Amino acid sequence: MAGEKRNREEEEVKTDDGSPKIKPRPIVRLGIFLIAHSPVFSVVFSAAGILALLLLPLLAKNTYISENALMPGSARSMLSNRDVSAGSKLVKDIKNFRLSHEGQGVEVQKLIGEYMSEMGAEVYYQKFHPEGNQFHPLHFFSGPDSYTLLDNVSCASYGVNVAGIIRAPRGDGKESIVLASDLLKCGELNTADNFRRAGTVAAALVLKVDGRSERFEDTLSIYAEASNGQMPNLDLINVVNYLAVHRQGFYVRVEKVVSLLSSSWLKIIGEIFEAVGKLAHTLNPDWNFGIPAADYLEGSATLASSLYSQALGIPTGPHGAFRDYQVDAITLKVSPRFPPDSKTRQHDFFLRGARLLEGTIRSVNNLLEKFHQSFFLYLLTSPSKFISVGVYMIAFALLVAPLPMVAASLYIDGCKALTNSTLNPAGNFKSWKWLDAAKQVFALHLLGFIVTLLPYFICQIPGQHSPRNRSIMWGTTSSSLLFITFATIPGCSPFSSRLHGTNWAVVKSVTISAAFIGLCLMSIINFATAEIGALLLVPTCLMAQPIKPALRSRKIKSLLGAFCSMVLLTIGFPVMFFAISKELLGEGLVGLSLGGEFWTWLESLWAWKSATYLYIGMVHLPCWLLCLCILFHPS
Amino acid sequence: MASLVRSWIPLLVLQSFLFAIAFGSTQVEEFSEALLLKPLPDRKVLAHFHFENRAPPSNSHGRHHHLFPKAISQLVQKFRVKEMELSFTQGRWNHEHWGGFDPLSSMNAKPVGVELWAVFDVPQSQVDTSWKNLTHALSGLFCASINFLESSTSYAAPTWGFGTNSDKLRYGSLPREAVCTENLTPWLKLLPCRDKDGISALMNRPSVYRGFYHSQRLHLSTVESGQEGLGSGIVLEQSLTVVLQPDTTSIETNIQPSWSLSSLFGRKVVGRCVLANSSHVYLQLEGRLGQESKNVDTEIEAHKLWKNADFELSFKPDRVLRESSSFLFIFDIDNASDSEPFDLGLTWKVPSKWSCQQAPLHASRFLMGSGNERGAIAILLKATESQESSPVRELTDGRCTIKANVFQIFPWYIKVYYHTLQIFVDQQLKTDSEVLKKINVSPSTDKVSSGMLEIMLELPCEVKSAAISIEYDKGFLHIDEYPPDANQGFDIPSALISFPNHHASLDFQEELSKSPLISSFKEKSLVRSYTEVLLVPLTTPDFSMPYNVITITCTIFALYFGSLLNVLRRRIGEEERFLKSQAGKKTGGLKQLLSRFTAKIRGRPIEAPSSESPAAKSPFLSSKLIFKIILVAGAAAAWQYFSTDK
Repeated sequence: MAGEKRNREEEEVKTDDGSPKIKPRPIVRLGIFLIAHSPVFSVVFSAAGILALLLLPLLAKNTYISENALMPGSARSMLSNRDVSAGSKLVKDIKNFRLSHEGQGVEVQKLIGEYMSEMGAEVYYQKFHPEGNQFHPLHFFSGPDSYTLLDNVSCASYGVNVAGIIRAPRGDGKESIVLASDLLKCGELNTADNFRRAGTVAAALVLKVDGRSERFEDTLSIYAEASNGQMPNLDLINVVNYLAVHRQGFYVRVEKVVSLLSSSWLKIIGEIFEAVGKLAHTLNPDWNFGIPAADYLEGSATLASSLYSQALGIPTGPHGAFRDYQVDAITLKVSPRFPPDSKTRQHDFFLRGARLLEGTIRSVNNLLEKFHQSFFLYLLTSPSKFISVGVYMIAFALLVAPLPMVAASLYIDGCKALTNSTLNPAGNFKSWKWLDAAKQVFALHLLGFIVTLLPYFICQIPGQHSPRNRSIMWGTTSSSLLFITFATIPGCSPFSSRLHGTNWAVVKSVTISAAFIGLCLMSIINFATAEIGALLLVPTCLMAQPIKPALRSRKIKSLLGAFCSMVLLTIGFPVMFFAISKELLGEGLVGLSLGGEFWTWLESLWAWKSATYLYIGMVHLPCWLLCLCILFHPS
Repeated sequence: MASLVRSWIPLLVLQSFLFAIAFGSTQVEEFSEALLLKPLPDRKVLAHFHFENRAPPSNSHGRHHHLFPKAISQLVQKFRVKEMELSFTQGRWNHEHWGGFDPLSSMNAKPVGVELWAVFDVPQSQVDTSWKNLTHALSGLFCASINFLESSTSYAAPTWGFGTNSDKLRYGSLPREAVCTENLTPWLKLLPCRDKDGISALMNRPSVYRGFYHSQRLHLSTVESGQEGLGSGIVLEQSLTVVLQPDTTSIETNIQPSWSLSSLFGRKVVGRCVLANSSHVYLQLEGRLGQESKNVDTEIEAHKLWKNADFELSFKPDRVLRESSSFLFIFDIDNASDSEPFDLGLTWKVPSKWSCQQAPLHASRFLMGSGNERGAIAILLKATESQESSPVRELTDGRCTIKANVFQIFPWYIKVYYHTLQIFVDQQLKTDSEVLKKINVSPSTDKVSSGMLEIMLELPCEVKSAAISIEYDKGFLHIDEYPPDANQGFDIPSALISFPNHHASLDFQEELSKSPLISSFKEKSLVRSYTEVLLVPLTTPDFSMPYNVITITCTIFALYFGSLLNVLRRRIGEEERFLKSQAGKKTGGLKQLLSRFTAKIRGRPIEAPSSESPAAKSPFLSSKLIFKIILVAGAAAAWQYFSTDK
């Protein structure tokens, strides 16, 4: 980009001199053309980006089992009714045990351990301490230290996991099924620690049994998202889905945003797409991209949930702990439709559930190597439909495409304005115009970095503090730091009275460049975060302009622009966006608890080392502040 | 035909005997066959086939052998093998249920895959050459990839940790080798009756390989005659150990399953191998049963030994031998024939439980750590129940101690840091001087030699558990070194744990048997156990990367040379002059046509080619550009439409 700019300047210089004009190369001409018409193109590209995002449910492909060796469902089931009755007996035993030994969780593990050793498994008990959730800036991306032992943990609060290893009876002991139960609440993270010893784990299934299903059929919910938007190999989901639907007759579902199902605007869009699809089908019978509006609605609600869970970077289930060790894992939640006391239904449900697990394990056992064949980067629109990375990245690319164009055009405008206003020709180095603006942008990014680190110091403050108090502490420190920055660094403040302050266009240009770089970097780490971030940040950055001239001019167009940018900035504030997304997911918030909720949410981000936190602190927040500066720029 | 052969063979034997006398040798070649059956506490049955072939010392090399396989004797003579053992194993020995402190398990519980060790009778400098040649010869003889042991990265020279102290010993193992009938058939070829007659006729392939464990072993040793000018004799021991699960029809789950030879193998013994000096079937019953009826002596009581309230045998044993904790029923199969086959069966009547004798410590091995860079190997020794009651105890400085040798080979890509060796006794970290009595380490060299670790631990008798851990880095393999097939990782060979002060032997009270199997049981054998194989996942490169690299490199070269040539041959001055001359002239025909066309569309007079600045020119440019884009898009859409319609 910079090189292109330089080229253009050189050419300008030449034409100024009156020397013979050389026709620039086509690529340069295209660049010039795009920059010259950047407002039009930015609108077109952003609209196309959003449209591409809305089109995604239409472009979803049916899943297929990519690794031939898996052969799901080809093995004859070895599970008999006798095994199922043994399973029912275990359930009964645990229930009785729970009744007779109220509140003694550890003993249940012993019971399960006995059952496991009866089956011929090697049984291990593992004591663990619930780990304190602390924010360590230096260990953010590094894994937990393998060989450290915690010395100073009070021994009163340990839990016990029980794990059984069933080795292949005729094999050489390299292949085994590892069972682990974790009945204590704090066990999620620690289950995986157990598997550190296990060598290679091909796949992990976390099983949860829920109460009654809301639907008529037995329901199987698949949760796949792990930390930082990592997904298990699509083949694992395919195998489970195939066996559950075609062999055992479960109703398989993945998480969806329920509030979207009833939204009318999405329904209208779905109907439009359906109509367009039908029209295309009449034109050419080969064009079959139209789907019914109901399917579209369902697909987009699932897609939104998939995108949101990936963007958050927090696992949707206990399986998330496995992903840190490169193990493909999913959580399966089965909810039966029978009333709990119906014996025959329970037996049938057990049999089908066990056959599903058996089939999955035997299918995975057919693999001769690690899962690698199918997709790792995808979004689900239904349990049997997915969108691969090659399709969904188009929307992001379209969204961020206007940023460099607008940055370049603003830079040129800003330079011109600055050249006109500057009287001193000595300081008129064209290529250094952006330096003042860059200082400001850098200062605010540094501030963002410090704000990101602040929770570490807040956690160090002795004494017990409620999450709300901590977030208040954080908020006050951050805002005071912001004011200090404005006061100490000249040219930073939007309220400075200097007439020859930095030109806002140049500031905006550098801001947009920074946002562009930040978004592109984030798209490598966690694509979904970058996608949602771009949806928020790109319009905000593009719309940001000083509010004063707009108010002064009193034109409808500029007033509308100012209003839009104000609204976007309000939504763009991280806490605000958090509240809105909670509202959208149907978890209402009381205004007062917002601070505490936000802090707890951030804590969950640290716990899973979600890069979303870094994105918010180091890309989103500085760019948001810069947009705020531009909004109140005294020009 | 068979009867004819049978009548002829004794004659042949007699003839050979006479020949042997004529040539002045005092001994003849001897072959014996035996089968030991043993019910195991976990409802399985162990069958141990044992064949021994003895060739007496003779001074005529290359002479024809009567019974002894020529291939083996040639092998011994050619490579000067003093002692050698080769085993093919599939499955793992369950030390807890199948025994860990008897001669059978200490000799026949082998690591998964192929294990080969040999002691040579050659000068030190030639040992490695002999080993390499031997591996190739055996590879051909047994249809297995033993030749991979030729590489110096796959074998080691143990000093004392292996149990046999010799500096001419070489040891190697291939944990990944799949063992199947193709290995059993050449092994059977070494037997005089193959699997056509005698006990070996029981070896029905599907039943053998359906088992939970099978290990075929070949052990040969040379016996020095001691006489001047006389060569050395060879003893070839071949054994096949299988653990089978009898089919159970009874619903009763706590009663031991009843079995017979025909139900286990699908075949019966229809006669002995006529070339064998002795052929016996043994049945060993161990544990509580034996101890209960220890004091029986009379004939009636002896009868009760094999037909009582607990169990019943289908044949009357010819003899019964008694050991401290077990009974051995001996059956001669001389009388078996086609009409009256020997089909030994054991029927349990009441549920019975017993336990096997255990090695003092039970060893298991596992990996620690995650990721592709490093990890740690841990060997855990756990005290077994029998350890407390073990009679074999050694007192060192008044303390009761157990000695345990650990012998482990590390492939070079497991780069072990020997300084990280840590020993925990009862979960307490111990310093080396406390428990480590002896240590011998030979570090590995990348792609040249494998590493080896030999440790002698001296643990207190009351030890509950001992753990050894050692950290390693994973190496990077060359692209050729990856196996061609799909794999889940690389195998680290089993570690060998042996207890130098513990020897297993069966001490039968009656002293009469000449059977080689019994006498081998009577000999004191070192108690040893192998740990399981470990699977280490190494970084697997993307093998399509070379293709990508080639493509990218070619693209970069093309771009580089293209632009370089462009720069070199371009003359800016000339071009400027050319442009100047062009500026005066009119534009090309097609361009003119296009401009006229656009002008018509826009309804404006034809514009003369202007010399304005590009910024001013841009609307004109853009309309042209848009027109071009529409043209191309239209062409593409038309192409798409017509190409897909057909």
